[in-house]
Amino acid sequence: MIAASVGLLVLCGLIGIAVIVIVWAIATYNGLVQLRNQLDNAWAQIDVQLKRRYDLIPNLVETVKGYAKHERETFERVTQARNMAVSAKSVGERAEAENMLTGALKSLFAVAEAYPELKANQNFLGLQEELTSTENKVSFARQFYNDNAMIYNTRIQTFPTMFVANMFQFSRRDFFEVKGGPEREAPKVSFS
Amino acid sequence: MWEQIRANRRRSAMLISLMGVVLVLLGYCGGEAIFGGGGGFIGLIVAVVVLLVQLGIYFGGAQSLVLGGAGGTELSRDDCPRLFNIVEEMRLASGLPVTPKVLLIQDPSPNAFAFGRTPETYTIGVTSGLLHRLNRDELQGVIAHETGHLKNQDVQFMMLAAVMLGSIAVLAEIIWRTMRLGGRARSRSDSRGGGQAQLILLVIALLLSILGPLLAQVLYFSCSRKREFLADASAAQFTRYPEGLASALEKISQAAEPPSFVNKANAPMFIVNPLAAAAESSSVFSTHPPTGERVRILRSMAGAALADYEAAYRSARGGGLIGAESLRAAPAQAMREASDEGPVLGRSDARATVRRNAGYVSVRCGCGMEIGVPPGYERKEIRCVRCGNALPIPTTQLVVPPVLGISQPLRYTRRINGWESFRCDCGHAVLISPSFSGNSVRCPGCGRQIEVATPGATQG
Repeated sequence: MIAASVGLLVLCGLIGIAVIVIVWAIATYNGLVQLRNQLDNAWAQIDVQLKRRYDLIPNLVETVKGYAKHERETFERVTQARNMAVSAKSVGERAEAENMLTGALKSLFAVAEAYPELKANQNFLGLQEELTSTENKVSFARQFYNDNAMIYNTRIQTFPTMFVANMFQFSRRDFFEVKGGPEREAPKVSFS
Repeated sequence: MWEQIRANRRRSAMLISLMGVVLVLLGYCGGEAIFGGGGGFIGLIVAVVVLLVQLGIYFGGAQSLVLGGAGGTELSRDDCPRLFNIVEEMRLASGLPVTPKVLLIQDPSPNAFAFGRTPETYTIGVTSGLLHRLNRDELQGVIAHETGHLKNQDVQFMMLAAVMLGSIAVLAEIIWRTMRLGGRARSRSDSRGGGQAQLILLVIALLLSILGPLLAQVLYFSCSRKREFLADASAAQFTRYPEGLASALEKISQAAEPPSFVNKANAPMFIVNPLAAAAESSSVFSTHPPTGERVRILRSMAGAALADYEAAYRSARGGGLIGAESLRAAPAQAMREASDEGPVLGRSDARATVRRNAGYVSVRCGCGMEIGVPPGYERKEIRCVRCGNALPIPTTQLVVPPVLGISQPLRYTRRINGWESFRCDCGHAVLISPSFSGNSVRCPGCGRQIEVATPGATQG
């Protein structure tokens, strides 16, 4: 009789522990799903801003071409960098292409400095503001993504969350950044 | 960032609960003292009713009431692209679900505020005085501070705190008045043993009804100040450039008078306390911390992360601001370089924006003067105030000669590439924005379709 009730107690205890573990696992899983969705959303935001940039660039090149017909090198560089960025696939590739595009745009604006009529053109000024702002937005969206990617990565790697993470295949996220690379180059301005 | 919000929510819950405890105690003791044994229950019911009424007033009422008819114009992207861009940038940096609406208020004193409890109603307001005093970095810092308020859900929190404070004050008043009206007499009719307890409860109730509102006020203002610091920390984290906000705060606090539509109800919503003389007051009852201290903390930050703000805050004030758990989760961040762009909006641009949105038609004279034609103006011409030239007011033309009884199509020929305004046949002003590229526009007054013709190719 006594053995049976002790056995019952142990059973209840075990079931209680199991319930607690399951509840914790569910809560952790939901939390991870939420984080991952927020990360996806942040990534999509970066995408939106990058696309906006790609769409603005041909317009800008045309406007500058109207005043600075001889700067062919710079125009080609910008167009090439843009096309590479549009066709990039992985996060790392894209980040690198984006940095090259930023460098190319810098030299384009440096070229525009030499043409005062261009600088007074309303169209050009509007485009310049839009591009500057789009660059800012890309960097802010990137900043937000990276910050939260780090939190997410830390979460799925620490004990005990890592058990749930591994069980349901939550994988580590890449950061949107590039180590070294062409953005350190000083923009070349040629007046040939 | 989500960690920080959760920690904030927990702390808010604790503070609100503390005020709730004061409310409940007040209700119970007051009820016991007035109605005798078992009266505490009645007191509690009264307390709950008061709380519900306050909640209804604050959360049911329109937010526009609080603004007190500030007369702000909601901006569209074309009105001020740079300001819009900055608001969007901050939205991306903070991860808000929607871009807040932008309100422009025609007022020379620089200030900014944020309100909106739900994402659909998020709004950030700036005065025109702010726009032409700050450069891009500083404006970004200010908008980041306001965005921080929205992200940390400060508006909701302060409203709740105000509700609790109001309830405690009202309840204390009720108890005080009821006791004076002879509630005490009833307690003396109790048995002697109960009378002793009654007396103690009476004293407690009296003390609470005096100290309760005071304590609640202290809590309320201390919450408000803490939230301002937190918004500063958020701003530094979003922009990665605390110096922007620091120099903006300096410029704002140096301005002379407060905006004209400020009152005690909406004062906490501004970035710098508009009612304090030099904004340096550090009394227990001020809604904002002294500006000098905020600037000092921002300038002594080593990096741009929350942890850096916390370190600077600790060394300036000696206490903690952000919970240890949030700090552990937040990553380290470096500061960025300054950008070199000037003021966002000129004086005349701000005026033009407000007039545009109020239905004025803009007419340019050859002498350089721009004249706003008010909506009710009846004649077809207006005289330039500077040179006296009679200027025709741009209006629509009929495409074909008029035929009785049949409504004819109207046409307007564009002249410039930027903002353009003209008068429809019905007299209402019609606006065409710089980014308009369609063929026709509808008159907001009579609803008629008006063709928009562009003469030849327009190269800006």
